[in-house]
Amino acid sequence: MNIENIYKIAGIHPVLGDKNTARLVINKDKIIDSNTVEGLVVKAREIKDGVNVEIRLKKNTVIENPVHLCFGITDSQAIQKIIINVETEENSGISILAHCVFPNATDVKHIMDGKIRVGKGSRYSYYERHIHGEYGGTTVIPKARIVLEERARFKTEFELLKGRVGTIDIDYEIVCKKDSVMELATRISGTGNDVIKIKEAGQLIGENARGVLRSKIALRHNARAEIINKLIASGRYSRGHVDCSEIIRDNAVASAIPIVEVKNSTAQVTHEAAIGSVDTRQLQTLMSRRISEDKAIDLIIEGMLG
Amino acid sequence: MGILKIKSLSLNLNGKNILNNLNIDLKKDYIHAVVGPNGAGKSTLGFAIMGLDGYRNFEGEILYNGSSIKDLNVYQRAKKGITLAWQEPARFEGITVEKFIRVSSKNKDLKSVAGVLEKVGLDPGEYLERAVDRSLSGGERKRIELASVIAMNPKIAILDEPDSGIDIVSLENIFGAIKFLKASGSTIILITHSLAVLKQAEYAFLLCSGSIIQEGTIQEISKYFKGRCIPCHHKNLPEEMGS
Repeated sequence: MNIENIYKIAGIHPVLGDKNTARLVINKDKIIDSNTVEGLVVKAREIKDGVNVEIRLKKNTVIENPVHLCFGITDSQAIQKIIINVETEENSGISILAHCVFPNATDVKHIMDGKIRVGKGSRYSYYERHIHGEYGGTTVIPKARIVLEERARFKTEFELLKGRVGTIDIDYEIVCKKDSVMELATRISGTGNDVIKIKEAGQLIGENARGVLRSKIALRHNARAEIINKLIASGRYSRGHVDCSEIIRDNAVASAIPIVEVKNSTAQVTHEAAIGSVDTRQLQTLMSRRISEDKAIDLIIEGMLG
Repeated sequence: MGILKIKSLSLNLNGKNILNNLNIDLKKDYIHAVVGPNGAGKSTLGFAIMGLDGYRNFEGEILYNGSSIKDLNVYQRAKKGITLAWQEPARFEGITVEKFIRVSSKNKDLKSVAGVLEKVGLDPGEYLERAVDRSLSGGERKRIELASVIAMNPKIAILDEPDSGIDIVSLENIFGAIKFLKASGSTIILITHSLAVLKQAEYAFLLCSGSIIQEGTIQEISKYFKGRCIPCHHKNLPEEMGS
């Protein structure tokens, strides 16, 4: 598979050459294509085994079109380090659509080290979609330290539903200041010997800060998952919720550790975790509609993972 | 001609005898009712016919068009054309109404999917894109499940308490949908303790404490049910058997 195929998989073709859409396309440690728009400063520089990216969104700037980021590796063996620093200044807004495409990976390591500061009154959305190959040879290590200033809104969705996971080890920490809102959602489907580790920690330190950590995981064969969601509420009237759902089949093993800590009597954090097989009622309903057991399970899991 | 014959069916669950030596003949293209008080074993009978897990280990026989289906699982029975609408339908997070109906449907085009929703009195424009999850009321899910049964065009449809959670206005839609199912060639089993639902049937079986104590026309069964079952407070034995 070449870079053209990666463009196609990432759905980035329509925006290539579009002057009104900001984008950054990286293959392994090379910058293939980039564009920016007014108010958005993007500085990318190649480093050993990767790329260093600085993104700054200027004050009062709202970027209309989603910004496309594409991190691909066409080789079967490679390391890709992405060091990314993002700062959105006051009252700005940006939506980033990131594709991580590793179709041929037999021994590929993708390391993401991010620092994000979402300025006062700013909105930042980050949708990260992974498309892996069938060999299970990918190791993904995304790490992010995020700070939300007053009234900032931060939303991220991480999706890995196509191809084998390989190994993934997510480590996110978020600090939420006054009136800020964070929402983290992760959806991963693991098969074979895939290993999924998620560690997300949110600190609701500001008054009225709100946060949701949501993980949905489906596991088959010998896949394993360990989810640790931690939410600490110390801000007055802060509110949080932790939600983890895992469906397992075959010999898969899943664990969920929701940690909720409330340090202020006006704050509240709730949590729910459900791990188990496919719901019998759902399964039997679909089977009673002439849908085979395997197809019914796939449909239920597809629904759960959204 | 009978489409489904139940012969000497007895079922124990957790050491308790739930169904006792049932003998039932279902006529093809008829609307049947299995009526009885709470705890009589009506739903259990429906589950046994559908072959749900935990309800297949029974004594006796279930013959579908003359052949035993005792060893068939839910999917295999569904492939033969048997289906069940639960008293309390399941929720399906992330699955839209359109998809839920479409996967059951013989005609998978959008027009057909929309058409079956209309049959149960739901506006396709309002419901097709919604998920079959907790955002829908029990009554809405009930009607959507019935729509999926219609879409399947089954040979036998077991409808467990089809009026449960349904408001009075929408009840007419449900009854209309039952008639449509019959007109489309389905044999129907209504499981109910409601006289209004019983009246939709053409032939009925009265079940009490796991035994059929009477079968006959709707008039006969209604009379018995109103006169003797409704005032009767015990659930474990019918009057005749207890005395």
